[in-house]
Amino acid sequence: MMETVIYLAWTMAKILAIVLSVVLVVAYLTYFERKVIGFMHARIGPNRVGFLGFKLRGIGQPFADVLKLLTKEIIFPQKANKFLFVIAPMITLATAFAAWAVIPFSDGLVLTDVNAGLIYVLAMTSLGVYGVIIAGWASNSKYALLGALRSAAQIISYEIAMGFALVGVIVAAGTLNLSGIVNGQQGGILNWYFIPLFPLFIVYYISGVAETNRLPFDVAEGESEIVAGFHVEYSGAAFALFFLGEYANMILISALATIMFLGGWLSPIGGDSWLAQPSILWFIAKTSVFLYVYFWLRATLPRYRYDQIMRLGWKVFIPITIVWILVAAVLKVYQIGPWF
Amino acid sequence: MSPELLIQILFYLFGALAIGSGMAVVSVRNTVYSALFLVFCFFNVAILWMLLEAEFLAIILVLVYVGAVMVLFLFVIMMLDIKKVTKSQFKSGYTKAALLIAAAMLVELMMLFGYRMKSQLPADELIRQGESYSNVTEIGMTLFTDYVYAFEVAAVILLVAIVAAIMLTIRKRPENKQIDASKQIHVNPADRFRVVSMDAEKGNGEES
Repeated sequence: MMETVIYLAWTMAKILAIVLSVVLVVAYLTYFERKVIGFMHARIGPNRVGFLGFKLRGIGQPFADVLKLLTKEIIFPQKANKFLFVIAPMITLATAFAAWAVIPFSDGLVLTDVNAGLIYVLAMTSLGVYGVIIAGWASNSKYALLGALRSAAQIISYEIAMGFALVGVIVAAGTLNLSGIVNGQQGGILNWYFIPLFPLFIVYYISGVAETNRLPFDVAEGESEIVAGFHVEYSGAAFALFFLGEYANMILISALATIMFLGGWLSPIGGDSWLAQPSILWFIAKTSVFLYVYFWLRATLPRYRYDQIMRLGWKVFIPITIVWILVAAVLKVYQIGPWF
Repeated sequence: MSPELLIQILFYLFGALAIGSGMAVVSVRNTVYSALFLVFCFFNVAILWMLLEAEFLAIILVLVYVGAVMVLFLFVIMMLDIKKVTKSQFKSGYTKAALLIAAAMLVELMMLFGYRMKSQLPADELIRQGESYSNVTEIGMTLFTDYVYAFEVAAVILLVAIVAAIMLTIRKRPENKQIDASKQIHVNPADRFRVVSMDAEKGNGEES
């Protein structure tokens, strides 16, 4: 009796720790994004809000944004389906956080180390589309519905390429367990999977960008065509939830790319120095690089046309991944290199 | 509260939710709600499988049916202009046929359970496997050794279904303005633009 309660409480505490750190990282990711894009545009970016009268290069900006969003009124459009309208942002947020349950941050630092971790993550990310579709339909607005349909078609298309890219990793690692995948890459940078699976690595990351509806694949929001897409009718805290879900998914995609192709928490160099020790710092550093690339793409590339997005997904990425799965299978059969 | 009791409570809770949402699929008036209740039903069934420690099946159910199939269902339902159904679907014309099919399936299930109960499976306890037992490996080994021909036949049937669906819906219209992407990519700017160098105009700011 007592043990079960303690176990449940301890698990809840761990869940809370993960959720809180993800939320905090999301808050500072928005600050980081604005600073990076400001730097690329030769601007300063946010530099006003600080703490206790000190400006500190605008480091208090995320908290000011959160306070503003939470105190704003949530407006319900006329004839909107109220129940679904309210529940859609919650679905987006819940699925974005649920996937974090199996992500190993460091050796043993994971909430649940399930055997089928990789397909669990895929299942959870594929559920995120419900938030988008329900929001688009429940808003009773033409822009929202158009954005939702675009987003749904895009997410389903790129999920296939993404799933196939992961099949290559599964072939190489021989396991679906995320900790097992990282442990299969031990022994320095040359043993990481991005070398034999380079095309899959590129396809995975670009599909990840498309899957999170970020630029240059953000036709689901498309400010210049359909205003803001599926969340055009949302304001205040409800909009903040969508925002949080989108950024949590970005971090998730980056973390997964780190785990599967760049050796997770492992160090790139061998030897005995303190730099060669595997630690969570390596995981954070690698994930940050992918997050930076997200903003780099956003500041550099114009938006894709919708038919080009579909063509890229179906006619370019899926054939590449299928061919490279065959290559990976051949490499696996002949036990090539340190990877297989 | 022992872990077994917790699992029992969870089983009955999610079982009841699965049955309830299954009933709601056919009884609610709004078609979008129907589809969403079906999603919810799948979810609860997946959790029941998870309680049986069949995690691979549970996650695949969510991944394939909830993540892909039901999204397309919702997609279609939202695109269609469905007039609000004024009466519950229970009273529509084909209810009797549906009830007949449901009854037949119930009888089949009962027969299966009766056969199983009296012969092989112990009915009262779960067969537990060790910590290192992997569902995925077991399913993979079985599919590709014992049932490899059945598995390949199923794959071919699916392929035929895909080809048939595409052939049924493909239409070539003469006024179709489809774009050839490779032609677009290989366009040479020199064929289309002519760079002209000309002297600057010398006016005093007046229109010529």
